Amino acid sequence: MEPIMAIVAGCLYAAAIYMMLRRSIVKLVIGLMLLSNAANLLIFTSAGMTRGAPPLIPVGAMQPEGIIADPLPQALILTAIVIAFGVLAFAVVLIHRAYNIIHTDNLDQMKDTDT
Amino acid sequence: MSPEVALPIIIPLLTGTLTLLAWRSNSVQKILSVIGSIALLIASIWLLASVRETGHVVMYMGGWVAPYGITLVADMLSAIMVVLTGMMAVAIAIFSLSSASASHERFGYYPLMHLLLAGVAGSFLTGDIFNLYVWFEVMLVASFALLILGGERAQMEGAVKYVTLNLLSSAIFLSAIGLLYGLVGTLNMADIALKLSQAENSGLVDVIAVMFMVAFGIKAAAFPLFFWLPASYHTGPVAVSALFAGLLTKVGVYALFRVFTLIFNQSPEFTHQLLLWVAALTMITGVLGAAAQFEFRRILSFHIVSQIGYMILGLALFTPLAIIGGVFYIMHHIIVKTNLFLISGIAHRLLGTYDLKKLGGLYKTRPFLSVMFLVPALSLAGLPPLSGFFAKFIVIRAGVEAEAWVVTGVALLVGLLTLYSMIKIWAEAFWKKLPEETDGSGLQQAMTPSLAALYLPVILLAACTLFIGLNGQPIYLMAEFSAQQLMNPAGYIEAVLGVKP
Repeated sequence: MEPIMAIVAGCLYAAAIYMMLRRSIVKLVIGLMLLSNAANLLIFTSAGMTRGAPPLIPVGAMQPEGIIADPLPQALILTAIVIAFGVLAFAVVLIHRAYNIIHTDNLDQMKDTDT
Repeated sequence: MSPEVALPIIIPLLTGTLTLLAWRSNSVQKILSVIGSIALLIASIWLLASVRETGHVVMYMGGWVAPYGITLVADMLSAIMVVLTGMMAVAIAIFSLSSASASHERFGYYPLMHLLLAGVAGSFLTGDIFNLYVWFEVMLVASFALLILGGERAQMEGAVKYVTLNLLSSAIFLSAIGLLYGLVGTLNMADIALKLSQAENSGLVDVIAVMFMVAFGIKAAAFPLFFWLPASYHTGPVAVSALFAGLLTKVGVYALFRVFTLIFNQSPEFTHQLLLWVAALTMITGVLGAAAQFEFRRILSFHIVSQIGYMILGLALFTPLAIIGGVFYIMHHIIVKTNLFLISGIAHRLLGTYDLKKLGGLYKTRPFLSVMFLVPALSLAGLPPLSGFFAKFIVIRAGVEAEAWVVTGVALLVGLLTLYSMIKIWAEAFWKKLPEETDGSGLQQAMTPSLAALYLPVILLAACTLFIGLNGQPIYLMAEFSAQQLMNPAGYIEAVLGVKP
């Protein structure tokens, strides 16, 4: 399972960078979205994908029985998804406002503040 | 229980919430904002005092002992940074009383400002690497919204670059956390440091170290990924620019200091050598970029980049004296840079422009303001007896002792070019006659309370600069104490985990 997930994560990174290098700001935001998803998948994969029981400790015992799945990466991903969602919502509003004000979605025409 | 570690995070969050509740009344928001900032400063000084006594102040959130729960840790560096945050909060809160326009306030200027402060303080105090990511995002979201308050064309263009580069850096940071967790199976920074010092897989560790370097390097605006900063910082409202200039990039620098002294200290001949070149190139590109500019805030923005180089230089040399220099530099720089941005705001209030070609005549009509400009400007350039001289002196002396001749030479040259930029601003904005096409009626403004609110933080910060310059010994001792702690990560690990590594 890990090799497949690693390839999927790699493809997501590649797609994200390709999209971010395009000139349109809409594609830029799509790239950012893919990038955060790729990072989430990377956490999921690199933390090790054990097929195990839920991490519950029976009553009276001090540690769980048998192999359990590590819950921490899932907690991390959940947090990261929520954050990425919030930031992405902001980015979508930003490009909408930017389009209304600048009247273009071409990044090459947004150079006024560069030099 | 040591509540002083949590207070610098709770107070701005609480202030932000209260100002949100007072949404309809701008005057109530202003009062709350000033009170909240002063409370933050007091809490941070309490924290500093308690760190000076005990060395490390640790608090386990929810009673979950490290490494299982989230830990808040304050060592000397964190405490110093939090005190500086408090000082900047007070300065900006007072300045905003008069500088924030009603339209900005209607869109949540004060709640966002305090949310930003909470994010900054949280980043300085957390002892958990994933929690650091979360505080970074809190800070970023608040800064995104603050930067586009007003919604002008330049702000939108600047914000697109600022948002993209910062999100990219967050994604790299998150990926690095994922790989690190896969390697050591823990998120507590002290625990990571302990486990990495016992691990052997140094190739992968170096890769992760470079990923952290890139992620924090973008946040700190280090070479080669600095270009978002001069493209965006001058576009926002001036109080926001000043707050960003003082604090945001320094969060990145703090994270570099934390991670590259505590966690990735195994192969300094690779990681710190890399940082050394980054530092040299950051200094040069920043200062040369500034030389080409003719806009008040843009020159200052490029100088943030070049000054970041000095701080990273302190870290990269990785000797006790160099770390002292780096910490001292951060203290000096935050105060001075915020002050210079605030002064550019006053010049804008008086003459209605930031363009140096259109500014002029300020020395003739406002000699006091001119002196207030000279203090931080000459301090930035490193003239004795101001704070910048001692900061540069320590860093350069450390460079000489480490026999890093090229980088030390670059640091000296960049100091000279900084002086050139500051003199350019002085000659154009203060010394020169007022150009005829500029409307000079604003210069005759009487000293109203509204103008006094702009002057007060400038005077306070200039007094801090003079204090550090004329009475630097206690500040030096604090920097020395923090350098001792940073060079001996065992103390940090023991304070958090309770075991000797």
